[in-house]
Order: sequence, then structure tokens, then C-alpha cells
Amino acid sequence: MGIAWAILSRLAKAAITLLLIVILNFFLIHAAPGDPAAVMAGEAGAADEKFIAQLRAQFGLDQPLYVQFWTYVSGVVQLDLGYSYRQQMPVLDLILDRLPATLLLTLTAFFMSLLLGIVFGLAAAARQGRWGDSAITSVALLFYATPLFWVALMAVVLFSVKLGWFPAFGYGSVGAGYTGFELLIDRLRHLFLPALTLGLFFMAVYLRMTRSSVLEVSQMDFVKTARAKGLNERVIRRRHILRNALLPVVTLAGLQAGQLVGGAVLTETVFAWPGIGRLMFESLTARDYNTLLGVFLVSAAMVIAFNIITDLVYRLIDPRI
Amino acid sequence: MRNFLISTILATGLALPAAAQEAGGRLDIVVQPEPPSLMLGLVQNGPTQLVAGDIYESLLRYDTDLNPQPSLAESWEISDDALTYTFNLREGVKWHDGEDFNADDVVFSVDEFLRETHPRLRVSLEHVESVTALDDHTVEFKLKNPFGPFIGVFENGTMPMIPKHIYEGTDYANNPANNTPIGTGPFKFEEWNKGSYIHLVKNEDYYLEGKPYLDEVYYRVVPDAASRAVAFENGEVDVLPGGSVENWDVQRLTAMDGVCSTGQGWEYFAPHAMAWLNTREGPTANKDFRKALMYAMDREFVRDVIWNGFGKVATSPVSSKTNFYSDDTIMYDQDQDKAREHLEAAGYDGETVRILPLPYGETWQRWAEAMKQNLEEVGVNVELVATDVAGWNQKQSEWDFDIAFTYLYQYGDPALGVARSYLSSNIAKGSPWNNVAGYENPEVDAMFAEAAVAATPEERQEIYTKVQQTLVDDVPVAWLLEIEFPTIYRCEVKDLVTTAIGVNDGLRDAWVEK
Repeated sequence: MGIAWAILSRLAKAAITLLLIVILNFFLIHAAPGDPAAVMAGEAGAADEKFIAQLRAQFGLDQPLYVQFWTYVSGVVQLDLGYSYRQQMPVLDLILDRLPATLLLTLTAFFMSLLLGIVFGLAAAARQGRWGDSAITSVALLFYATPLFWVALMAVVLFSVKLGWFPAFGYGSVGAGYTGFELLIDRLRHLFLPALTLGLFFMAVYLRMTRSSVLEVSQMDFVKTARAKGLNERVIRRRHILRNALLPVVTLAGLQAGQLVGGAVLTETVFAWPGIGRLMFESLTARDYNTLLGVFLVSAAMVIAFNIITDLVYRLIDPRI
Repeated sequence: MRNFLISTILATGLALPAAAQEAGGRLDIVVQPEPPSLMLGLVQNGPTQLVAGDIYESLLRYDTDLNPQPSLAESWEISDDALTYTFNLREGVKWHDGEDFNADDVVFSVDEFLRETHPRLRVSLEHVESVTALDDHTVEFKLKNPFGPFIGVFENGTMPMIPKHIYEGTDYANNPANNTPIGTGPFKFEEWNKGSYIHLVKNEDYYLEGKPYLDEVYYRVVPDAASRAVAFENGEVDVLPGGSVENWDVQRLTAMDGVCSTGQGWEYFAPHAMAWLNTREGPTANKDFRKALMYAMDREFVRDVIWNGFGKVATSPVSSKTNFYSDDTIMYDQDQDKAREHLEAAGYDGETVRILPLPYGETWQRWAEAMKQNLEEVGVNVELVATDVAGWNQKQSEWDFDIAFTYLYQYGDPALGVARSYLSSNIAKGSPWNNVAGYENPEVDAMFAEAAVAATPEERQEIYTKVQQTLVDDVPVAWLLEIEFPTIYRCEVKDLVTTAIGVNDGLRDAWVEK
């Protein structure tokens, strides 16, 4: 009863939140200067009134705003995200097309950063105050503080231009006709630089959090008690410190996981990675309302879904929550 | 009887020794940004024309001196009274789906499809009385009045040929065929992997024997300017069309071994960078203030430093590459004393002037900053307004600016690409491509109207010289630079740019030396 009721109430709240997000986004986007017809007319290099009126009518922008709003919301309720006139495709197809590329990139970066972050964080904590600790934390701080696009460009200069080890951009070798194992290797080679770039930043975040959290937990009373009991130091580290120290890291990871679908605008742009983040950014500059709203909606839904899952997991682990 | 038959030298253009060209190979070309559509009859922006120029063709092409050359029309005649244009179409041309191309397609394209969809051609078609298919391979255009620039509107981005059998009687904008474009051109549409590349393959049934030489072309979408430069450096792409990389990269890339570049292939467009000066209100409504602005600017510095030496200072509303340019006008070389005199005459009281930069990358941002500095040096208070492309369009369309950067194409003739920015009948909110500055001068209106329909080129030159003198004195617009966008490519790519629209005319003649 308890859990089922909790899930139901969370879902109901989620539905209301999503609806509010749709409404808010719709009006926010329409408040931005310019509309898709004006952008396309601008790109055409010539436009008369008739041309712009034709575009507006085609995009449905000649309708009053409340009619456009109603059309959109009643579509969304039936899981129809509308049509992108810019891209000449249904928005849902467009998003599903781009999703695999984004997930491949963000998931790789996510797991890589989580794993490396925890390992190096523990290593730094174990050497607290010594040069090993300083070295690890300094490097992490560097990655944390350096703008992502600059890291990306430098990675390209080093690994692609100078050393020639990895392709500079793209989702695969265009027109190479690879299949099977060759395709896999080719994809991985293209994945390396963007995943590294994106992963380094989050690795630094996890690393710093793991380190400080381990140091904090090490000072707690129950750890002292364990030591006083005469427990083996390795057992204390693994069972008492690590488990407790990782809770905040997992929380953070849960938060980040929700954003994976939103993609990584900068990384995807620099590496010409055909993902959702770029789609979102390009839709923004083109004022492609339906696509932009679609991307927002899907990302918001994912964030909410991950939050619910995280909450449920906590509930199972720790009945006090 | 001035019945001049312009082209009987046959059309194939195969005067070149055929042995020189080698068939085969693939080209990778940057396209930036990703085009919204490849249907050239509906969308005419730069990236669309770059790719669709391989798929669609028009009746004529233009050499780099803007002389008409055969394309789908083998030859043409203009009657003595300049009212009848007769085109003889090439025989044996097929659409990519195997149907025959004939005169009915031409009539449909011009009179029905493009008249409905093409804002720029529509203006020229107002001079056209009728378009008639005399037989399967002859089309006759009858004009209401002589229209000097008419022979210049048969370019691919202005009048692409659209297949009648696919579009007749359909809702053009929503025809599913828009996603699989069918033309008569040297390359066929194969695949569009959105966000990554567009793949075109050789049209095996192309009507010119042996052409095209290339087997396939990939247009690669690379959204970041620095990454595009790296892509070329690494050899992943072979051609960077003009404007694909930032100016400082142009110098670096062209200095590499085996890399060639050309400034040709922009003569028809002649991109003219300028700044609208809002003549309705604010300090810019005052002619002396506008002259002060002209004298304050150091345009040579902009050309040499911001554009790395590419381009030419613009002295008139007409580009020196366009027909009927005149240098018999006031010249505004930088002169800060004169600028201050004019500011005083204008009674400038220190009101802040808003500059709207063109949000097309670093070069344009720096240019706006240079203008700001120049104006501040003579005592004008300036504010730069930050926007994205949509906002920039909107602010121009709603006249919400004092000074707004832009650049316009001239399309070879003042009547096509210049007059539109100064005619008072062309003042209307809602578009960034009309008389945005709000300039009204009945004398200029009359001269432009007269020059468009004047009978001989000499008469037209005389009137256009006068128009240019008047406009340069009135300064409704600050003319900045005749921009040059060099096309950068590997030297083994041959015959890449052969016409006045360069790579936009398709890769019919291009080949790769092995």
C-alpha cells in the first residue's frame, strides 16, 4: 500500500509538473524576439510580405497565440509532439533519430567519469595532505575550471592534428561502408575525444566530492568506534567509510543521469556529434518552436523519471526517508 | 534590326581538350549551416543553393564577367524591341526519375511554381506579360516593357527548373517529394543523414557526354568554425566554400602546401556589406550626422585587419563588380576633422547611438567594435546591442535600431539587387530585405524606375551614375566593404569555380587530378 500509493502520488505530481513545464516553455519561447518565418525569410536574402505570410500560414503562426497553444497542448496530451517545418519531419521522429548518438556519448562519459572520479577521489583521500593528493586535486581543479570547448579544441589539436590518433569530429567515417566489427571500432574511435572532453569535467566533480566526503566520514564517531573495536583498517574503509561516503556521490550522479538526455551542446557542436544538444541549440537559433518544445519536454520527463527512481531507491534502502 | 543571336557556339562548353579531365573520385565539401531543405524552388538560402545547385539547373549560367552562358537553354534570342526573349532548349534532357524535360516544365516552373513561391523572381516577373511553350523545345517570354536586367534572372537560385509532373496541382510546400529532390542536374540526391552529411551521386544519364567527372559528393555538416578549419587541415574535407571559416583561419589554411584558393565565383552575388542608418528618427535622421559617420570610419583598417586583406572598400551603393558601377561620386576617406565638423553642423548632443551587429560570428562582432571605437574617437556615444540571428531580423524588420549591420547580394544588376534598398515604395515593416533605413527621395525613386526600363545600356549607365551620386551624398546607408569570401580547396581539385556563382552552380565541370 505504502509504496504503491507513493508511486501514484508521485506520478500525479509529475504529470502536473510536466504540464506546467509545457505551458511555461511555450510562452517563454514565444516571448523571444523573432519567429521561424522571420528567420527563414532572413536567410533567404529576399522576402516580400507574401512570402512571409505564406510561411506563417504554413507553420500555423497566423493563428492567435491561444489557438496555437491549444493545438500544441492537445497534441502533446496524445503524445503528438507536432511537426518541425524547419526540418520537414515530425518532432518525435527527429528526437528519436538523434537520441542514440546523444545517449552513446553521455552514457560513456557518465560511467567513465563516475568510475575514474571515485577511484581517484579515494586515492586522493588516502594520501591526504601529501604530494599525491595535491597532484590529483590540482589536475581535477584544472579540468573543473577550464571551459569545456577549450579542452575540446586542445584535445583535437593534440590527438587529431598533431598525433593523428583519433578523428577530429563526426559520428563515423562518412561513406566508408563499414559493417560489424569495423563499424564498432570506427564508432569508438570517433567517440573517444568527445567522451573524454565531456567526461573530464564530471570526473573532476565526482573526484572532489568523493575525496571530501570520505575525509568527512572518516572523522565520524562510528568510524572511531569501529577502530576502537579493533576492526581491520581495510574492512573499516570498505564497509564503514566507503558506503557512507558514496551516498552524496550517488545523489549527484542521479541528478546528472536525468540530464543525460538533454545532451551536451558544446561538446556535440565542437565534435559535430549529431545529438540532441545540437538539435536543441540549432532549433533555438532557428526559432523552431515545436522541436525546441519537444526537446525540452523529453528532457524534463527524463529528469522527473530519474528523480522518482532515485527517491524510490532511497526509500528501499533507508526506510527513514 | 539588332537581332542578336547570342549563343550559337555550342553549348557543351567542350572546347577544352577532353583528355585532360580524369573521371572518378569523391569530394567532401563543408556545408554551413545545415540547410533546412534542398528544394531550391522553395528555399533559396546559401547552404540550400550550395547543395541543390548540383541537383537543379536553370536555363542559363553566367561567366565571371556576368555574360550569359548556355545551360538548359542551348541558345537564345532577344528581339529588337527587347520585348521578346526566345530560348531554344537542349534536347534529350531527362529528370532524375527518367521523365523528359521539355518546354512545359519551363512554363510551369516560371509561371506557376516560382511566381507563387519565389519572392525575388516575383518582382522581375511583374515585367513579364506571358511565358509560352512554342513547341517542346522552344520557350518564349513576352515582356510588358523593356527590362534591362532581364537576361540576368535565369540563374539557378533565381529560376531553377521544377518538374511539372511531380508538382503540378499539389500543395508545393507540403509535397512529400521535397524530401527527395528531383532535378536535371549532374548529381542525384542519395541520402541525407541529418546533422552529419548529405550524399549526392553521379547522374549517369546526364546529357553532357562524360560529365560529371566525380562519382559522388558528400556535403558535411560541421557546426563549429574551428572544427571546420581542422577538418580541412586533416584532409577530411576537400573544399571550404566561401565564408566557412573565420578570416584568421583563411590565411593559415591557404598558406598550407597543396592548398589553393580563389576569390572568384561571387561576381553575381557581389556581397555588399553595409549598415542601415535609421533615417526616420534619432541622430541618424540627420544627413550631417550620417556624413560624419562616413568620415569617422576607417574602412581600410577593417579590410586589412578584420578581413585579413580580403575585399575592397565600398564607395557606392553599387558594387564595383556589378554592372553600372560608377566611381564618379564623393569619396569618404577617413577624416576625423571633417567628421567633427559635420557632427557640429548636425547639432549632435551626445545622444547614445545603438549599433546592431550582425550575429554571424567573430568577424562581424569585431567589425561592430571597430565602428564603435571610430565613432567614439570623434565624440559619438555608442552602445552595442547583443542579439542572435532571429533577434537581429526582428529588430531590423521592426525598425528598432540606429545603425544595423547587414550585407546584401546585388545579383549582377542595380535593378535586381540595389534599387530594393532605396525605393520608397519598398518601405514596409516585417522584412529585413527592403528599404530598412526608411529612405524617401522621389527623385531617386524616379531615376531607378527609369533606369530599369531604359532601352540601351548607355542610357542606363547615365541614370545609374546620377543615382549613385545622389545616394552617396545623402548617405541613407553606410556602405562598408565589398566582401570577398575566398573558396579554399586542395589544388588537385580542378575546375571547381567556373561561373559567377562559383560552387553554387554545381560540380558539373569539377574533377580531381590523381
